[in-house]
Amino acid sequence: MITRLQQLGQSTIRVITSLGSAAITLFVVCFRKPQNIGSAFRALVAQLFSVGVLSLPIILVSGLFIGMVVGLQGHHTLVKFGATSALGSLVALSVVRELGPVVTGLLFAGRACSALTAEIGLMKATEQLSSMEMMGVDPLGRVIAPRFWAGVISMPLLAIIFDAVAIFGGYLVSVKLLGVDSGSFWSNMQSSVVFSDDVLNGIYKSIVFGIVATWIAVYQGNACIPTAEGIGRATTRTVVYSSLAILGLDFILTAMMMGGW
Amino acid sequence: MNKRTVEVMVGLFVLLAFILLLFLALRVSGFTDNSFKNGYTVSAEFDNVGALNEGALVSIAGVKIGEIDSIVLDPTTYRADVVMQIYSKKTLLPIDSSASIYTQGILGAQYIGLTSGFAETNLQNKGEIRTTHSALILENLIGQFLFKMKK
Repeated sequence: MITRLQQLGQSTIRVITSLGSAAITLFVVCFRKPQNIGSAFRALVAQLFSVGVLSLPIILVSGLFIGMVVGLQGHHTLVKFGATSALGSLVALSVVRELGPVVTGLLFAGRACSALTAEIGLMKATEQLSSMEMMGVDPLGRVIAPRFWAGVISMPLLAIIFDAVAIFGGYLVSVKLLGVDSGSFWSNMQSSVVFSDDVLNGIYKSIVFGIVATWIAVYQGNACIPTAEGIGRATTRTVVYSSLAILGLDFILTAMMMGGW
Repeated sequence: MNKRTVEVMVGLFVLLAFILLLFLALRVSGFTDNSFKNGYTVSAEFDNVGALNEGALVSIAGVKIGEIDSIVLDPTTYRADVVMQIYSKKTLLPIDSSASIYTQGILGAQYIGLTSGFAETNLQNKGEIRTTHSALILENLIGQFLFKMKK
């Protein structure tokens, strides 16, 4: 009985400790000034390449196909009501408000965040991080900060690209394949999509997802057990936690945005 | 990989995202100037606004010239006081213009259609449109029809 109680206490303390050190990591990464602005910027650009640019193919392809599928499914239902002219609004609103940020977030967690965790974890396992500390170089500023900021910056950019490509995919299917009138497709879309409400809210969502997913990734990498198995587990945890966080936060953010905040 | 290539690719990536944001703004949302800096407001009192919503469009000859800012009940007359935001100061409305509530299509949203008058003077900021036509309420219409049938 007492041991059970002790185990409960231990696991609670472990959860709170890891939350606390994750918060400290985030705080340090956000507020510690880099020693050399120029080299920090170059590191950021290099990370933007591996996190953002290399994620483009998967974002482009899945965006195109998701837009096409939404177009097909929407047409299937709308044609029963003779309202296929509303297909443009349907595709644009569902992509811009919901599918764009969420699917990009999930793909981003799988493609970029897992790589971040594995990379930082391997650096830790091969004691690159501790040797940096010995040389007086701060690994949080040198290794973690550029990766974190690269994730935060590239996520909304990827979501914007996803939105546009998905709407283009929807356009291809509805207008070119199913024969919806091109004029009514675009004009209905324009009259129902509001930039400051629909498009910007989607982008805000993607910024939040980017912060959370990259935060989880760099923390898991930095805190992993430095063995092959530990890195594997940390990578899995990154994908699972950040996907869950994205889906959970998506509900909260949507409820807040619809409630007028 | 060559450092220069990396930087060029990142630059292209950021540029692509901004171009597509422009696409989302202009092509998808038909971004109109929402700042209202150049606009003005006019109000109108209706007996019944039906299902008119705040943010619904205000049009003249079918062209969107503004949107509805607020709908409140006048506590003394029990009529609905509708404040409309006209986007541009260049849209001049003669003082004897009239406002009617119409419906877009059969199931569409309701909106205000203005008909311009012939007066020389124009409505100023916070001016009031005197002639209004209420929304058609289907139930009232059917009621009137049945009443006439009995006669």
